[in-house]
Amino acid sequence: MKYEDFQRIEERAFYALFALFGVVVLLGAGAWHYMEEHGHVVTGMSNQVVWGIPHVFAIFLIVAASGVLNVASIGSVFGKTLYKARAPLSGMLALAMLGGGLAVLMLDLGRSDRIIIASTYFNPTSVFAWNVILYSGFFGIVAAYLVSMMAPRMKAYSKYIGLAAFIWRVILTTGTGSIFGFLVARQAYDSALLAPMFIVMSFSYGLAVFILVQSTMYSWNGLMLDAAIRRRMKNLLAIFVSAVLYFTLVYHMTNLYFAKQTDFERFILLDGGIYTSLFWFGQVIVGSLIPLAILFHPQLSSRCSAVVVASVLIIFGAFCQLYVFIIGAQAFPLNLFPGMEATSSFFDGRMPHPYTPSLPEVLLGLGGIGVAGLITMVAVRAFQFMPRDDYDQTVKAEIAPE
Amino acid sequence: MSNMDKTQKDAGSGRQFTRRQFVGAGVAAAAGLAIAPGVTLLDLAHARPADQAADGAKRWGMLVDTNLCKNGCTDCVAACGKENGFASTGHPETDPQWIRKIELKEIKSGRTHSLPMMCQHCATPPCVDVCPTGASFKRADGIVLVDRHICIGCRYCMMACPYKARSFVHEEHHDQNPDVPRGKGCVEGCTMCVQRVDRDLLPACVEACKAAGHEAMLFGDLNDPNSEISKRVATYASTQVRADLNLNTGIRYRGI
Amino acid sequence: MSNPASFLNWQIALNWRIALNWLGAACAALLLFGVAISGAGADEGKHQIDAKGDKCVRDTEYMRRNHMVLLKHQRDDTMRKGIRTTQYSLKNCVDCHASPKNNSVIGSNDNFCQGCHSYVAVKLDCFECHSSKPKDTAHPLQAGQMQAGAMVTAPPGTSSDEGRK
Repeated sequence: MKYEDFQRIEERAFYALFALFGVVVLLGAGAWHYMEEHGHVVTGMSNQVVWGIPHVFAIFLIVAASGVLNVASIGSVFGKTLYKARAPLSGMLALAMLGGGLAVLMLDLGRSDRIIIASTYFNPTSVFAWNVILYSGFFGIVAAYLVSMMAPRMKAYSKYIGLAAFIWRVILTTGTGSIFGFLVARQAYDSALLAPMFIVMSFSYGLAVFILVQSTMYSWNGLMLDAAIRRRMKNLLAIFVSAVLYFTLVYHMTNLYFAKQTDFERFILLDGGIYTSLFWFGQVIVGSLIPLAILFHPQLSSRCSAVVVASVLIIFGAFCQLYVFIIGAQAFPLNLFPGMEATSSFFDGRMPHPYTPSLPEVLLGLGGIGVAGLITMVAVRAFQFMPRDDYDQTVKAEIAPE
Repeated sequence: MSNMDKTQKDAGSGRQFTRRQFVGAGVAAAAGLAIAPGVTLLDLAHARPADQAADGAKRWGMLVDTNLCKNGCTDCVAACGKENGFASTGHPETDPQWIRKIELKEIKSGRTHSLPMMCQHCATPPCVDVCPTGASFKRADGIVLVDRHICIGCRYCMMACPYKARSFVHEEHHDQNPDVPRGKGCVEGCTMCVQRVDRDLLPACVEACKAAGHEAMLFGDLNDPNSEISKRVATYASTQVRADLNLNTGIRYRGI
Repeated sequence: MSNPASFLNWQIALNWRIALNWLGAACAALLLFGVAISGAGADEGKHQIDAKGDKCVRDTEYMRRNHMVLLKHQRDDTMRKGIRTTQYSLKNCVDCHASPKNNSVIGSNDNFCQGCHSYVAVKLDCFECHSSKPKDTAHPLQAGQMQAGAMVTAPPGTSSDEGRK
């Protein structure tokens, strides 16, 4: 479609997309109501797999939210000018996605009518309780950050608030990784590696989402992102994806070394059925190796569409990774008696614990994405989030071709 | 036994009982939860008075002798279900189970045995650490409970429990046992029949095992060196499940 | 760099004053409507009081306003500390207030708890978990303690049978 044709229907297209997100949100709300009314028996979750697809969506949105703020941090904290222009968009996306992710998480609670209790009763040893503070604080700090970047009088403060936002979000993502890392009970978790791994995952997912949204905005407005800027961003994305692959490698290598973890690794890497497929095919091949091939390819990587495809594949790989990480870890039964086979009426020893995502869960998860989408659409319409790269000397020098 | 009979029965010793009760309650109130062992002023009635808090000097525990535990016997499971008001809903994967019999087979030798597994009432419970609202808590006398008034149903404790002790209530419940409130959306687990223990009775599973003559389960105060359970734990070898986690469980096992 | 002078990019021109006027009008209409329909409720003062015995653990006015405070305090005492005095326990309330018709405190607007709660539209959360029906027999040991406990903690001037109807 030529841009001139699109321009004519642009307003209608905007409202159509808005309505689409709105429908997704309504379906999610309906799914939540259904789950609330009948209890979680209507979902695929059970006493064996207690966190399901909604948590996959929620953790993705939350991790990507803190990662997408990274773009702004590179600008404010590390002083890279070409990222400074992108900082408001990245801040807004961070808020939108965190909002969506938290909505899913809170609506999946068994007693979602008691959400306020999470604020009035506080257990200081619980990561979830820390998260109540960290996530609320994130909203506040990023909002202040946005104001400091976009209001003329506050510009002087943006560097300091940006630094605060960066430090806060590192703590936040460490907390998200520690949700799992602190669990000594499960063979898939119980590792200090998970906190830094989540930080690196956030870099990768966040930048992929950012590139996707940025490209969409540019083509919506009939603009083309400067090739040099595109090259810088895709190189950064490739580095992040490689880092995630590295952490995954170290995680599995270490586990393979421990005799007590062999059964678990065999499950994930070899005969875990869907989980093995999602790991190798979803996360490693489609989610990491193919995007890396695209991003490092000399000719292919210079094309905008190729980079967008790579971003989409990375996001797909992210979902696969989180599905294996959250659900696969629960599908592997707890080993209370090493060296023995266990059976019980409570499904001890059953390999694997079955789990099938149900429609209400998927709709609830998608509803979170819908919330993020709605917020983004309203924000980009009301405010000037389109990155504006002025080609003054500083920027030109910075992005000079290597 | 009608209410009138009870009133008449207690009236005679009423005055004496009340004075000691009052002093005991006063001491308890003043000293908070910690009372020196053996100085309970109510040995007369062999029961903790209703207005006295759980005693921090006690630590309730169980000793399970798996050598006496028969493969296929589920008396303890049935008793727990009856006491706590379970009903099968036809959805075994989402039905709560507070205690279950695990049938074990050693892979190399083929030896089989079984044991009951329930909340281990750890001294340093991971479920208590991770609960965001503090609903999962350890009472002064060592029983780990879920305060369902403030449980939000996040299931983090279920992820954290190394023994798969907790269940989530996936469906609406009706006709609960008035002594055991339980409902949809909260997490629950073995309470060591706290409603019975507080009245100086045995947990339902232990009572059922005893009544059936198996004598595989023993309940008592681990902090009291004179209790039967302490004596046995001091005499015979016993282990904790997943002892390497160093959770200092209240449930000990012999023969695994 | 982004243009500092124009970061707002309103597509739809919004006249704040007009919007506020409409909002104010809507609020006023809602308020009047609410007053009108509340006047239509005819049940004031006719709340069904199913109860055994001659009086409650505290007087009616106090209970109307503060029963939730008593229950909340009692629940923490019982749950957290294992204090099982019965005077303010929910089980004790249900024992007295269960309707003779369906042996429950909920089930229809004629029942004690549900009747008032549905009238004032306050969500009644207790009976999702708690049984709404009385337990028929008190345990013998409990009964003895209940009496003793009531004698220690009952306010002056009340009968000793109060906690144990």
